[in-house]
Amino acid sequence: MGRITLEKVTKSFGAIDVLHGIDLDIGEGEFVVFVGPSGCGKSTLLRQIAGLDRPSNGEIRIDGTLVNDVPASDRGLAMVFQSYALYPHMSVRQNLAFGLENARMPKAEIDARIAEAARMLEIGDYLERRPGQLSGGQRQRVAIGRAIVRNPTAFLLDEPLSNLDAELRISMRAELAALHGRLKTTMIYVTHDQIEAMTLADRIVVLRKGRVEQVGSPLELYNRPANRFVAGFIGAPSMNFLSGRIEGVSEAGTLLRLFDGEVVTVPRRAEAAHAGEDVSVGLRPQHMRVAQAGENGVPVTIDMVEALGSETVVHSHAPTGELVLAVLQGQHNLSRGHNLKLSFHPDDLHLFDKNDRRVAGT
Amino acid sequence: MSRAVDFVTRRRGASGSGGKGWHWTDVFTWVWLIGGLFVMFAPAAWLALSSFKTPAALSEFPPSLLPYVTETVKIAGNDKPSPLYDVTMPDGKTARLVELRRVGIVAQMVDPASPETVIKVNIKDRKPVQKLHFETSNYTEPFVHFDFLRYLWNSVFVTVTATLITLVVNSMAAFALSKYQFRGQNAVLIVIVATLMVPLAVIMVPLYSVVSSLGLLDSLWGVILPTVATPTGVFLLRQYMLTIPDELIDAARMDKASEWQIYWRIVLPLSAPALAVLAIFSVVWRWNDFLWPLIVLSRSSLYTLQVGLNVYSGQLNVQWHFILAMTVVTMIPVVLVFVFLQRFIARGIATSGLK
Repeated sequence: MGRITLEKVTKSFGAIDVLHGIDLDIGEGEFVVFVGPSGCGKSTLLRQIAGLDRPSNGEIRIDGTLVNDVPASDRGLAMVFQSYALYPHMSVRQNLAFGLENARMPKAEIDARIAEAARMLEIGDYLERRPGQLSGGQRQRVAIGRAIVRNPTAFLLDEPLSNLDAELRISMRAELAALHGRLKTTMIYVTHDQIEAMTLADRIVVLRKGRVEQVGSPLELYNRPANRFVAGFIGAPSMNFLSGRIEGVSEAGTLLRLFDGEVVTVPRRAEAAHAGEDVSVGLRPQHMRVAQAGENGVPVTIDMVEALGSETVVHSHAPTGELVLAVLQGQHNLSRGHNLKLSFHPDDLHLFDKNDRRVAGT
Repeated sequence: MSRAVDFVTRRRGASGSGGKGWHWTDVFTWVWLIGGLFVMFAPAAWLALSSFKTPAALSEFPPSLLPYVTETVKIAGNDKPSPLYDVTMPDGKTARLVELRRVGIVAQMVDPASPETVIKVNIKDRKPVQKLHFETSNYTEPFVHFDFLRYLWNSVFVTVTATLITLVVNSMAAFALSKYQFRGQNAVLIVIVATLMVPLAVIMVPLYSVVSSLGLLDSLWGVILPTVATPTGVFLLRQYMLTIPDELIDAARMDKASEWQIYWRIVLPLSAPALAVLAIFSVVWRWNDFLWPLIVLSRSSLYTLQVGLNVYSGQLNVQWHFILAMTVVTMIPVVLVFVFLQRFIARGIATSGLK
């Protein structure tokens, strides 16, 4: 069991509204990632679910039971904190046992659970040490272990990897994914790192300023971002946005004029769009390539080239001054000041209207 | 050992030039430290040395640093031992004579070898023969005649009980003020801290009537209870507890800990350095308390040491030698407490489990 439902959850601190009516249905065993820039309310939302804060309005249900008035300790959830929040005066074993002792579990059962968690997380060698004597990665495992021994209905993880160095973060990410595969328990994971979100999540919830911008699988979000914010947030490096105008919509698709006068036919019909409407054209850097002679494309001037070997990152600007980033496969002999034409496949274009919403039908 | 000497004698001037120069900061440091040592330690050292003096040596002027007594010998025909003097004779020689009696500025003295011949000596021409002597009876006698052990027990009981209650009560208040959000939180803190400005002398009379109407007069609890809530303690602990991360408390809540368990098993152990500081303060305060116990306690079997010592200063006669000796004894526990607890002060363990 571990189904969590949020209905119109809002939270205000004094006059400041942090969450504006969040609706969300998290299925049993699902790995859901809340992602968004800092201050978007993702940690606040997690604390409402955990029971560490009470929502100002709305309902939170766990397995169908309304838990708004149930204290954190009785919700059957376990949380892993950004700072790990291990009790510094207790040994690793005592840290793991603390929650179980509070639940008045028999000693033998506690020992068995600790042994099981220690085996799973490979922390058996330092059960008698204090957190202060452990490295960052070891502390992280202990913090996860403290959640696992509780055998919770769902795990809540608040930016658990953000204090680790880059290399460790990647390996812990893989371990977390493997752990979820083994435990098959609902996990809610908060991060500001879209790569963590993309790699771990069954479903991603993109939050901004206390509102859900889009919910979907990682590839749904990548391929069909619902608005310009999600488009820019998901995918690295982030999407280029160029100005354009819809010239007309026909059976063949949408006729789009880019800023430089070039006309492209997008092979999808923008039903709600009207001829003459200004749009924002989104194009991922990975979808750009150097135009062949005579081919259409975006003319740019190169500002900087980063040759990474397998790919070449080109920072450039269009004649209108709009910045264009391109990730070109392989190695290219390019340098600063060169003029270049970057072409793309019309299928890869994303159109956003002046309210930053995805143009319907594209 | 040589490394310790190196460390103590390390100088900035010496390391810079490779030679034996004295940088002005070296001079300043030495003057400052030795001056500080003198100011802090000299009164205690003088107290300890003087506590071994006889009443006669204590009233001597100019006072001596070490406890000296005049040597005496027993002369046939005199019951009491008589003092020895080095006398400069009219012919310029010095002789060691015993004083039999003194009339005005003339002393009648005899040579201990031939006590029959009385020599008259002007008191300007003689100097007492002195030797170093530690008057241990200053210590032993009060233990026999003065109810020292009972007073000690009363003092220990008051100090230990008051300190334990102080730690528990103040840390609970500090926990509430630092880790809970409630309306009027700051107002409460300000009121508590503001009571620092009210001295005992101001509240003595109302406090007395409160203690009296509670029937606590002439009882050790009457000494203990009014002192246990200290604004200093609440403030000190609150400031320390603010540095304990809230995430630890959230984590404990997720771990099904009750609020009492959070306080007792998380916050209190992590506040150990601050608690040690408060414990030292509280022990020193309660141990040295004089005025309030004097007011509350009237039966001498309930006296604390400080009040008990007061019996040696009568209206007409102050027995300084006993007061000094017993003062040294009463200082010892406080010093021991400090030595034992001071290592906890610097140890900050609250943040070591995070990051």
